[in-house]
Amino acid sequence: MVIYGVALLSFCMLAGVFTGDILGQLIGVRANVGGVGIAMLLLIFLSNLTGHRLKLGAPTKTGISFWSAMYIPIVVAMAAKQNVIAALSSGWMAIIAGGAAVIASFALIPVITRLGHGDKRDT
Amino acid sequence: MGTNVILETVSAVLSKNALITAFAFVGVLVWISYFLSDKLTRGHLHGSAIAIAIGLVLAYVGGLVTGGSKGLADFSILAGVGVLGGAMFRDFAIVATAFGVHIDELKRAGVAGAASIIIGVVLSFFVGAIVAVAFGYSDPVIVSTIGAGAATYIVGPVTGTALGATSDIIALSVAAGLTKSVLVMIATPLVAKRIGLDNPYSAMIYGGLMGTTSGVAAGLAATDPRLVPYGAMTATFYTGVGCLLAPSLLFLIVRALL
Repeated sequence: MVIYGVALLSFCMLAGVFTGDILGQLIGVRANVGGVGIAMLLLIFLSNLTGHRLKLGAPTKTGISFWSAMYIPIVVAMAAKQNVIAALSSGWMAIIAGGAAVIASFALIPVITRLGHGDKRDT
Repeated sequence: MGTNVILETVSAVLSKNALITAFAFVGVLVWISYFLSDKLTRGHLHGSAIAIAIGLVLAYVGGLVTGGSKGLADFSILAGVGVLGGAMFRDFAIVATAFGVHIDELKRAGVAGAASIIIGVVLSFFVGAIVAVAFGYSDPVIVSTIGAGAATYIVGPVTGTALGATSDIIALSVAAGLTKSVLVMIATPLVAKRIGLDNPYSAMIYGGLMGTTSGVAAGLAATDPRLVPYGAMTATFYTGVGCLLAPSLLFLIVRALL
């Protein structure tokens, strides 16, 4: 049943957000801490668990993969509701922040690839 | 029946069925974007990147016309765009993207793949944060939100919402993430040879360091389509790790430093 997949996804999200809220209160940041990340890990854990013990049916998977496929459209809607006017008043900062992150990340790829391969040769 | 009556009825139907209107609206927007991607850029610029860019432009127009802070969603007939693009559906879809990641594949990615995700999040976060500080911001919430945006345009809003940043700062973080995503799409095929991006192993590290799922998927597709699943797999984790680290550990570090 498609609803089983949607419900599993919902359970993971609610459990993750709940854990994130509790974590936030424990750390004292008065905010949700990593709820979405915890929900993702929970979904990976549960979907792999059921893979071994009882298989998720095809319709159940559809209930999850539909929402996964809706990711880009939802991000598009998110972009369309942003306060862009306010953002553009210091537009260069966003462009430089994003651009610098890309350059730094590209530069690290050969370094980590070499380190990783080095580890392999050792073992 | 006059034109006014028909227009009023159309407007009433669209407003009453806000979320459905949003599905139809975003569907048309995405379709146009993929059409432009195909015809104007021959697929070089991924359709999703164009759709997001058009979304931001429309949000600008919406803000200009309505004077509100919710972009297109301030038009009553497009209020559903605000629901569809709101935190609830956004987080739901993000969690769903984790589905299909197998623990076995994770193990095969090895230590380097996992490490690259954490290194990538921390690196982009602090590069973005340093740029924010260089531009005169000193509020830890703002600096962290912009740093998180330099990770991905999802980590930025999630972090900003969690820390209580204002909508304009969240929009800045989305803009930083969008810049990153578009640059990754365009630059990946150009630098692929120089950074050794020609095998599954380096593709996993690439996905982990870059993290922007659409940027990585489009960048790898333009470089070597066989590498897409490897890069996408680690990239899938990046947003999760970013959402986990940015509003918590990384925010606390920024708050301690500023």
